[in-house]
Amino acid sequence: MADGETLRTIETVFRIERARLIGGLARLVRDVDRAEELAQDALVAALAEWPQGGVPQNPGAWLMAAAKRRAIDGFRRDKMLARKHAEIARDRDGDYDAGAEAIEAALDDDLGDEVLGLIFAACHPLLSAEARAALTLRLIGGLTTDEIARAFLSREPTIAQRIVRAKKTLAEAGLTFAVPRGEERKPRLASVLEVIYLVFNEGYAATAGEDLIRPSLCAEAQRLGRMLAAAMPEEPEVFGLLALMELQASRFAARTGPDGALVPLTEQNRGRWDRLLIRRGLDALARAEALGGASGPYALQAALAACHARAAKAEDTDWPRIASLYDTLRTVMPSPVVDLNRAVAHSMAFGPDAGLALVAGLEEEAALATYAPLPAAKGDFLFRAGRRGEARAEFERAASLTRNARERAFLLARAAACDS
Amino acid sequence: MRVMVFVKATPDSEKGLPPTAEMTKMFEAMGKFNEELVKAGIMLSGDGLKPSSHGKRVAFDGPNRTVIDGPFAEARELVAGFWIWEVKDMDEAVAWVKRCPNPMLGPSEIEIRPFYEMADFGEAVTPDIIEREERLREQLKDR
Repeated sequence: MADGETLRTIETVFRIERARLIGGLARLVRDVDRAEELAQDALVAALAEWPQGGVPQNPGAWLMAAAKRRAIDGFRRDKMLARKHAEIARDRDGDYDAGAEAIEAALDDDLGDEVLGLIFAACHPLLSAEARAALTLRLIGGLTTDEIARAFLSREPTIAQRIVRAKKTLAEAGLTFAVPRGEERKPRLASVLEVIYLVFNEGYAATAGEDLIRPSLCAEAQRLGRMLAAAMPEEPEVFGLLALMELQASRFAARTGPDGALVPLTEQNRGRWDRLLIRRGLDALARAEALGGASGPYALQAALAACHARAAKAEDTDWPRIASLYDTLRTVMPSPVVDLNRAVAHSMAFGPDAGLALVAGLEEEAALATYAPLPAAKGDFLFRAGRRGEARAEFERAASLTRNARERAFLLARAAACDS
Repeated sequence: MRVMVFVKATPDSEKGLPPTAEMTKMFEAMGKFNEELVKAGIMLSGDGLKPSSHGKRVAFDGPNRTVIDGPFAEARELVAGFWIWEVKDMDEAVAWVKRCPNPMLGPSEIEIRPFYEMADFGEAVTPDIIEREERLREQLKDR
């Protein structure tokens, strides 16, 4: 193999193995920062040895063995070692002497688990959501701090500092890097799912001409969701979130027109929806429901997305089902925005008066006082109910509230149409 | 990026031999590899295809459509199975393919082909909708 090619091979293998290595090492040394260093040391060792000897049969096991050897050397050298640490070192030394085969077997048994433990640590509720997202992308996604900064439209020193602090917080908390069980599991899992969806949404919000690293966040979040689903096949909300992401991502190519403007869902060219992702999304949703998770917040949102995905034409959309899903969603995820969407769904399912009845209760809502979609929706209900004059006033009000020029033009056009 | 990974046919796979103990072992190894792909979060889809003796070809020439029944010659040009993977780049796809156990009893080949990325994100969204509130609205509208 040519030198350049060997280097690329080694880097790629390392990239694939990195999260697993760090996860396994973090359990050994109880410190992500040190684990990351040890993984890096293993890469250096590979760069020194593989160009001569070739890439080993099981590169993951090789890297882990090399990193553990470094960890043990570290334990031995450190004069300030606690006795307990020395014992760990002796134990691990035994492991190592037993040969690569034993390590390989241990790796095989524990594979998903080590990465999973690392995901749970990176998404620990001790950390802010932003810190969790940055640390997850760094440790599991393998993104550099520069890439993370670009992805979150932030500055590199800010992200670097955030990661350093997060690692320190975790080290001080004395985590075991195990997958949480029992009572702790549910809130910890919720924290993981929140971070993955935050990463996904950050990518979904990316705009034209922006750094390509931003849309790639969606792919990263989907990959994390898929890994989580493989590692936790009994958790309904994991599948709910995965379904939601796959279904939303399936509309990527169709959500903008040739001029770059957003195309509303009902007007999208459904032939451009990604059938593979839709199928994966529907499968994941079915799984969430089979596990008894139909009323989880992610599963419900996925079920809403699925109603659209299942309709070959916009007219085929099952609006009564969407309306009923919103009825449930507002009880598990109360929000005025959900309520407004619920009103829209009811108007589509049962006519404009149903929408008007629901929206009436929302007009007192302070959070929606200057929220353009509220008068826009109300204007639409009134228009469809034949109350053109009132509709016009609502569209004009909505136009005055929006900060989006394209949307303002659209709303003013609707206001003008009330006169004809 | 999305890639399709083709396992090429061999004269043996084209014969559609009944499974031997050796093949069972091979399938087990492949099953384990598939599990790895799923755990790594890269596998989107994958399946095996029957020998070309079960297949048909339709030849196009102007207005003419001619149906040709299998089997077809040149096993190396035929596909015996495929995966669809989501990977970061071709290097990652190659690294994963190298880990694949021998897909056939004899010498064989696997080919990796990247998909055209439909949006390629170039024509994505207009820059004036980055407001968080508006984004939230878009997501909800989308549901």
